[in-house]
Amino acid sequence: MNAHSGEILPAPLVLAPVRPRRPLGPGTPNRNGHLLGPGLLLLYWAILSVTGWLDPRTLPAPWTAITAAADLLREGRLQTNLAVSAARAASGLLVGGAAGVMLAFLSGLSLLGGYVIDGIVQLKRGIPILALIPFMILWFGIGEPMKVAVIAVAAFFPIYIQTHSALRAIDLRYVELAETLGLNRRQFLARIIIPGALPGFMLGLRFGATAAWLALVVVEQLNATSGIGYMVTLARNYAQTDVMLVGLVVYALLGFGTDSAIRLGERRLLTWRRTLGA
Amino acid sequence: MSASAVRIRNLVRTFTLKGVLNGVDLDIAPGEFVALLGRSGSGKSTLLRALAGIDHEAEGTGEIALPERSAVIFQDARLLPWMRVLDNVVLGHSGAAARVRAEEALAEVGLAGRERSWPHQLSGGEQQRVALARALVREPALLLADEPFGALDALTRIQMHGLLRRLSERHDPAILLVTHDIDEAILLADRIVMLDGGLLSADIAVRLPVGGVARTEAIEGLRARLRLLLGVSSEPA
Repeated sequence: MNAHSGEILPAPLVLAPVRPRRPLGPGTPNRNGHLLGPGLLLLYWAILSVTGWLDPRTLPAPWTAITAAADLLREGRLQTNLAVSAARAASGLLVGGAAGVMLAFLSGLSLLGGYVIDGIVQLKRGIPILALIPFMILWFGIGEPMKVAVIAVAAFFPIYIQTHSALRAIDLRYVELAETLGLNRRQFLARIIIPGALPGFMLGLRFGATAAWLALVVVEQLNATSGIGYMVTLARNYAQTDVMLVGLVVYALLGFGTDSAIRLGERRLLTWRRTLGA
Repeated sequence: MSASAVRIRNLVRTFTLKGVLNGVDLDIAPGEFVALLGRSGSGKSTLLRALAGIDHEAEGTGEIALPERSAVIFQDARLLPWMRVLDNVVLGHSGAAARVRAEEALAEVGLAGRERSWPHQLSGGEQQRVALARALVREPALLLADEPFGALDALTRIQMHGLLRRLSERHDPAILLVTHDIDEAILLADRIVMLDGGLLSADIAVRLPVGGVARTEAIEGLRARLRLLLGVSSEPA
């Protein structure tokens, strides 16, 4: 072929086995992949402890937490304090959740209720829960009712907000359907409104449970005589870093366990939902 | 006793989202299959929503007489995603007898065995068949259908036409089918009415010879006439 002719010949076709294009997406996820990060952190912590770079007075070794927890369990202190804390968080969550659902329905299903309740809730949302504690002490004293009230208020907001927005988001087409099928008010509520708002409520419950644990930590450091927070405060006074660490781990497990339990319930209740994460 | 299943007199609807009505008179006989044709914005959906009693947003006057039992089929199947197929059909009724009737209705639309499925597990055509079963189980004297096949693919639509025709023959409700599909109207209806600018602009009885060339010619003629009335040229642009 003459290189100067300027003629461009078509490239000859060559058959080759089909190779799939390299995917641009992140690939197939591993079921237990999310354990990698915490695992690496634990490893790093263990190495620092073994080599002595981490002063046990600053942060004890991970296995110290296990032996300390075993000691506390043998003495019975961990169980009793855990039971007290769990009962506090549960009653706060129950009170706050019930109030949240009730008010969300009142303000989500009636115009007047919406005007009255939702405005107040949105206003209150701007005030951090911790800023309310002085008033709570003034109103409820420094005993158990104050603690439950603070937890209830903390749990109330996410549950109210998520339930309310789920109610407001119920498709108008379903309301039309209910009208053409001649559903009465009770059937409308049971068949359309409640199932339609359930996903939002479950999401709010998850946020609410997290908020309840958070509030629990705070109120248990205020004049408590029992509970995990009290155990940690006491340990701090005696510089028992291992017990403090146990408290921290217990809080983490409680938060994680509650969230997992609620998510499990969510999957059971919302089997009809076909979501990517399910 | 009135001889009509539906009687509409001087129906006026203003301030609607989908097109106004400027005084519509229409009678539908018991068991009569009426197709309502019209361009978008002609007021077809407004009329149907008025008959279904779900046009709360509209303002208007006029008189409507409807049978006690009526059912509506929407363009979307409008199944509740949190209920299994059977519960969607039963919706609004309760008791074992209602469930048996719902199972029968599902069998009639060819969905026996799918009672326990979730709506999202069904195809678009199957979902619309569930909606049809939900309407049938109410044994309506009037069936209102708002472009019920508009969202389906062409093959599924043909199947649904056959199904609707069989069911309408068996249960014999009066039917008002809102559609923009001329062929669908010719194929299914006993009578075609047309809305234009909120007024009834045509009222044509569909009488087709039983078969053969005469039938094809009659369909062609009717199609051309309806196209002309709708202002659609039959020539390609």
